Amino acid sequence: MAKMELRLAGSGGQGVILATVILAEAAVIAGKQTAQSQSYGPEARGGSCKAEVIISDEAIGFTKVQHPTFLMALTQKALETYCHNLPEECIVLIDDTLTAPEELKGHNVIKLPILSTAAEKVGKAFTANIVAVGAINGLLHLVDHADLEKAVMLHIPKGTEALNLAALQAGIAMEGDVKKPAKAAKKAKV
Amino acid sequence: MGKTVLMQGNEACVEGALAAGMRLYAGYPITPSTEIAEFSAVRLPQVGGKFIQMEDEIASIACAIGGSVAGVKSMTATSGPGFSLKQENLGYACLAEIPLVVVDVQRAGPSTGLPTSPSQGDIMMARWGTHGDHPVIAIAPSSVSEAYNLAIRCFNLAEKYRTPVLFMMDEIIGHLREGIEIPDHVEVIDRPTVDYPDAKRMPYQIKEGQLVPKMAAFGEGQRYNITGLIHDESGFPTNSTEEAEKLVTRLMHKISDNYDDIVQVDQVNMEDAEVAIVCYGGTMRAAITAMEKARAKGIKCGIFRPITIWPFPERELLAASEKLKKVVVAEHNYGQIVLEVERIIKNNCKLGFVGKVNGTVITPEEILAKVEED
Repeated sequence: MAKMELRLAGSGGQGVILATVILAEAAVIAGKQTAQSQSYGPEARGGSCKAEVIISDEAIGFTKVQHPTFLMALTQKALETYCHNLPEECIVLIDDTLTAPEELKGHNVIKLPILSTAAEKVGKAFTANIVAVGAINGLLHLVDHADLEKAVMLHIPKGTEALNLAALQAGIAMEGDVKKPAKAAKKAKV
Repeated sequence: MGKTVLMQGNEACVEGALAAGMRLYAGYPITPSTEIAEFSAVRLPQVGGKFIQMEDEIASIACAIGGSVAGVKSMTATSGPGFSLKQENLGYACLAEIPLVVVDVQRAGPSTGLPTSPSQGDIMMARWGTHGDHPVIAIAPSSVSEAYNLAIRCFNLAEKYRTPVLFMMDEIIGHLREGIEIPDHVEVIDRPTVDYPDAKRMPYQIKEGQLVPKMAAFGEGQRYNITGLIHDESGFPTNSTEEAEKLVTRLMHKISDNYDDIVQVDQVNMEDAEVAIVCYGGTMRAAITAMEKARAKGIKCGIFRPITIWPFPERELLAASEKLKKVVVAEHNYGQIVLEVERIIKNNCKLGFVGKVNGTVITPEEILAKVEED
């Protein structure tokens, strides 16, 4: 597997840091190298939040994402902050309530109903990050879904297993809703 | 070896400390070190240890000193603003020879600065922050694995040399998560203790072949005095010029005479290197990528990374500089270790500097540009 550099952005409290931690955990379970980090302001809720995870078969030097192969944004503000200077091959996943800026015209922008799936289908808005984790793995095939499920189970409160599993499955299932997902994934590996 | 687990740098520091025998953590939480307090609060009761949140950073180090005097391996952790506050008691621990680990997960300063941003601006405070001539051991990790393994080393050196050891982490490593392999077995050194409490024994006496005075735990029979004043073997204050000279000289020499045991340096691709990147802590990660890019361009680039920052590995750097064309120092401050490097390499080779004080991380490209510069 080529080095994958993922950047997830949203609003503080949406759980984008945890989403990257889970992806990093799944990478460790799958025997891969990983580096996960985040940047955020002093606010616990509502501030802008960026989290990153690098997954590779080889040792990782610089731990920050420089050439994202994947960007996910869950708020319009986060999207507009991080949509600049993306490499051509970077896949952009946004919630379907967001509007892709002109700048992303040449990019593979995928819109998925992450927030509404969590709120309505799964029934809890706070599972959006787990839905996202499933959707990301469905799109990028980073690890086996079984390893991802193990990783999710390690990072959720007791008693929420069924709920989070449902969220994860709902996210994974979104792969079917994406046009040409296989091409997108392949392109990312170039 | 044990299994590989995902861990954050701050968590790995706690796990390493526990493996080394830490059984007391006293602290006052501050970003970006807070997870060290949080994990200690969870883990210490599980192994029969104690966690206490004190009213401030001064009380925290005082409490850790007290715990260590009572025979319990102790740690406190903080960031720059708290590290400033701890300096007075740090000197006390140096003079009274109290084993102790003080962690500073550095953030951008000065003052309360940028709480969530990385920095390495406390490196000179680690050396000279507390007043008077005193020995210092300071160590900086460059990965989550090192946060674990070097935390153990901090405790071992603290115990062996009866001195506070400074674990100079930074936000880059403290908040980084990586997979780490937890070893099944680690080497643990305990302080030399007295075989049995002896009322006639001088608490600071050193017999032939001893590195430091044996240490009786407070409350275990022997009564003795501990002071921040210059003291003789009895532990009581003295104004004797002879005793003052003897004590301060001994404190300095117990570290400097054991340079080879204490100083560690990581030299990468230095065999044929013409340019060396000198860096430490989290900056190493940008240096690795910069070196790879330089090598790909045909530049013979290596890395000289002090793992032990204080005492600085000056013998190794001096020897390396004689074979180099240029040294590029990269650090997240306005220029601190670069001064030490300049002093050591003299005019043996050219010197370049990459510093950063805006709260962002030095990138491989910024280092590479200096490596390529004529």
